[in-house]
Amino acid sequence: MAELDTSGGGHKKGPGVKKGKKLSTRVDLTPMVDLGFLLITFFIFTTTMSQPTAMKLLLPDDKVKPEEQNKAKESGALTILMGADNHIYYYEGQLKNDASNFLSASYNGENSIRDVILKKKAYVRSIAQDPNDPEHDLVVVIKPSQYCNYKNVIDILDEMSINVVKKFALVDIFDIEEQLIKKSDESAVKP
Amino acid sequence: MGRAKLPRKSTTIDMTAMCDVAFLLLSFFILTTKFKPSEAIAVTTPSSVASKVAPNKDFVLVTIDKDGKVFLTIDDKQKRELVANSLNTTKNLGIDVAKFKAASFVGSSFSGLNSFLSVSEENRKGDVLKGIPCKDSTDNELVVWMQAINDAYAGSKMDLLLKGDNLAKYPSFKGVLTAFKKNNIQKFQMVTNPENAPVGSELYKKSMSGEKQEN
Repeated sequence: MAELDTSGGGHKKGPGVKKGKKLSTRVDLTPMVDLGFLLITFFIFTTTMSQPTAMKLLLPDDKVKPEEQNKAKESGALTILMGADNHIYYYEGQLKNDASNFLSASYNGENSIRDVILKKKAYVRSIAQDPNDPEHDLVVVIKPSQYCNYKNVIDILDEMSINVVKKFALVDIFDIEEQLIKKSDESAVKP
Repeated sequence: MGRAKLPRKSTTIDMTAMCDVAFLLLSFFILTTKFKPSEAIAVTTPSSVASKVAPNKDFVLVTIDKDGKVFLTIDDKQKRELVANSLNTTKNLGIDVAKFKAASFVGSSFSGLNSFLSVSEENRKGDVLKGIPCKDSTDNELVVWMQAINDAYAGSKMDLLLKGDNLAKYPSFKGVLTAFKKNNIQKFQMVTNPENAPVGSELYKKSMSGEKQEN
């Protein structure tokens, strides 16, 4: 005999009646978290946190008469010359006629210009007369050639502040030095 | 003897909290982000250890792009008007002052200035323009510009900025320097990207010992 549902909406339904499955209200949030973090990374990368900085540079006054200008001592002078393709050269004191003290260096890595500056600095310190101001005689002369780029100039000026060189000057290059740079640049490309 | 059966734990974790955090961070970054205004002149600046933040208003900016072309930006509109008026009187250029005031930067020779100003702002792009001639020592128009700007800023402080591209060649930089020097401007700042002092260098030691940087 067929049974009848007699419970009449009570708690227990008869075995024949299927209970409507109660759907969970929980949603899987994993994709949403994924999306959230994806957007976070996007905004982290596009946001500009670092403000551009500014580097001060004082130019010498061209109108000052030569006799009023500061004379650099030969022992404390270091001249840095910049050529094409990130080539860099230097000489100490005055350039010799046979250009034997015209040496090459690099911006970083081995034989870097930083080492050259530090060596020069140590040398100037060792021969200093005045113990209170041992770096008085150190003067770095920067001569960019027409082949070098803006980055090279900034790098060298930056090197001055990194190595705390107090006296440096951005000076026009002489023709003879420019030719030397050109020759060295060309010979550097060949091998 | 049967072992006591451990109730199987569900592996799903409640993601709600994590989701909350993610969206909190997201809203923070959305609100703090500032999109770079699309620049007409594309310039990638070199980096330096200088730690002073570049001024961002009332500046006079000279830009050198990667081809060595020179552009000039005057931030202050009042000064722009003064500069335009003084150039009109001294060089008799007939510049449209209203248009010049609206232009965000200048990048052409004096002879081409009027046609430059007639082009709409969106179409003034650094790669098409010729820039202010200044490489030639005989025809350095930036000298005249700087003179007019100097006069406009007479008596007040001028923040002169120079923003150069990594690849700009030295002659254009030198042309700009000459223009500054000729107008007795000995002090200016170069815009760079910040960089930390190399470890072990003197500057690094200085900053580690708490000494303040001069520049």
